[in-house]
Amino acid sequence: MSARRPDLPLRLRRGALVLAAVGFMALFLLLPLAVVFVEALRAGVTAYLASIRQPETLAAIRLTLLVAAIAVPLNLVFGVAAAWLMARFEFRGKALLGAFIDLPFSVSPVVAGLVYVLLFGAQGWFGPWLDAHGVRLVFAVPGLVLATVFVTLPFVARELIPLMQAQGSEEEQAARVLGASGWQMFARVTLPNIRWALLYGVLLCNARAMGEFGAVSVVSGHIRGLTTTMPLEVEMRYNEYDFAGAFAVASLLALLALLTLAVKSLLEWRYGGEIAGRARGGH
Amino acid sequence: MRRRILPGFGLGLGYTLAYLGLVVLLPLAALAWKASGLGAAELWRLLAAPRTLAALKLSFGGALLAASVNALAGLLVAWVLVRYRFPGRRLFDALIDLPFALPTAVAGIALTTLYAPNGWLGGWLGTFGIKVAYTPLGVLLAMVFVGFPFVVRTLQPVLESLERDVEEAAESLGARRRQVFVRVILPLLLPTLLTGFALALARAVGEYGSVIFIAGNLPSYSEIAPLLIVQKLEQFDYAGAAALGTAMLLASFALLLAVTLLQRWSHRWAEPAR
Repeated sequence: MSARRPDLPLRLRRGALVLAAVGFMALFLLLPLAVVFVEALRAGVTAYLASIRQPETLAAIRLTLLVAAIAVPLNLVFGVAAAWLMARFEFRGKALLGAFIDLPFSVSPVVAGLVYVLLFGAQGWFGPWLDAHGVRLVFAVPGLVLATVFVTLPFVARELIPLMQAQGSEEEQAARVLGASGWQMFARVTLPNIRWALLYGVLLCNARAMGEFGAVSVVSGHIRGLTTTMPLEVEMRYNEYDFAGAFAVASLLALLALLTLAVKSLLEWRYGGEIAGRARGGH
Repeated sequence: MRRRILPGFGLGLGYTLAYLGLVVLLPLAALAWKASGLGAAELWRLLAAPRTLAALKLSFGGALLAASVNALAGLLVAWVLVRYRFPGRRLFDALIDLPFALPTAVAGIALTTLYAPNGWLGGWLGTFGIKVAYTPLGVLLAMVFVGFPFVVRTLQPVLESLERDVEEAAESLGARRRQVFVRVILPLLLPTLLTGFALALARAVGEYGSVIFIAGNLPSYSEIAPLLIVQKLEQFDYAGAAALGTAMLLASFALLLAVTLLQRWSHRWAEPAR
């Protein structure tokens, strides 16, 4: 940059660009967020707390936590295994496998739910067999977990693969040469190297797992208190014209989103270099 | 060589393939199988129904338009966030990912409340005769919302690594700002811009939660394809749902493939400039 002060028209143009960008962000990001909290608290704090304390809401919160508590660890283990494979070995069909790992991101959540209904629903392939054995997958908790696993599958792997590729495997090879077993190498070298990126991936995976709507909606069957997660509870209340209740539950999810963003930004600012995929200078 | 020193190739490959196969690939194959079992004539009859065609047109047309809006707005926002310093920049930078983090159902009811005829913005727009909620425009708006972060986040690192000397060289050779932007910066950004566009497009095509509330879901008018799938499922029309789901899947793949090819072409085109 030259040291001389930019002339006035240039500064005006810059001001206009900043204003346009900020205006767009305010309109599309700040305003929807503000609406959630304003509508949730419209009837006052007491009414807000009352609708959160309703048994249906508490059941939905519990179910959401349960589904995320199963789906996220599953995809965490998968993400680490897939990243190890993709970042440390060369093999035939690697590019195709990489595309398959990313596939759930380009499949509509509704289609993700649909495939499980086709497989395990009453008229599905395994439906009659499951029925005969008294097992219910779709319109029950296992279906919710499966659909959630599908849509959140790439998150952890996607964060880890570029980072581990950038880090290279010299340290791990050294550990092996010095006599470490496979698991020792993994626990003492690999894991410490990827911990912040791992946390980052888990954070995003969890946010999506708790907030997933489309896929979960298809396999849920909307049985209140049994198969309605928080986003589904939001929908049901909204459709019943219980707007304050819908926004009360929505505000909890919005708080989760804000918390996720805060931790995510913190990780980026503090450990940017150790989260290679998203590492950005300039902060 | 490396394979012998580092352990876990067999375990990693086996686990990855088994997990991916069970959760993603087999179910998707089952979907395609179910649809192909219908036969070509039946498949065509299901997909060529006017209501289905209208829904597909809205989903893909809306997504293309939304991704284009996002390419422009995303370029602007990424540019401003990387190049200029202004109060609140860090906060806005962190907020960019809100559409990723905010559950789609929450975004859906928030946007609807904002743009409904009696909403904060809907009432004001109504005085100009503009209706957003319960129209295709509302669908577009929700699609812009969910796809917004993709373009910004893919562009930001590239903009940051852009060498200023190239611009300065162009300027010192007498190029005006606009010429520098169009001739120097834009070609360098094009492959990345296309990547962001493709990601936003893929997301918007399949988007469900944030769209269905604001869409109003009038058949053949503001009804998106994913919603039609849900409705077919609710009527136990599994074959129809499978046909539509497969069509969406294939169309998304075709779109992504097209953009990947375009990206490769523009990469090659931008290469000599590097």
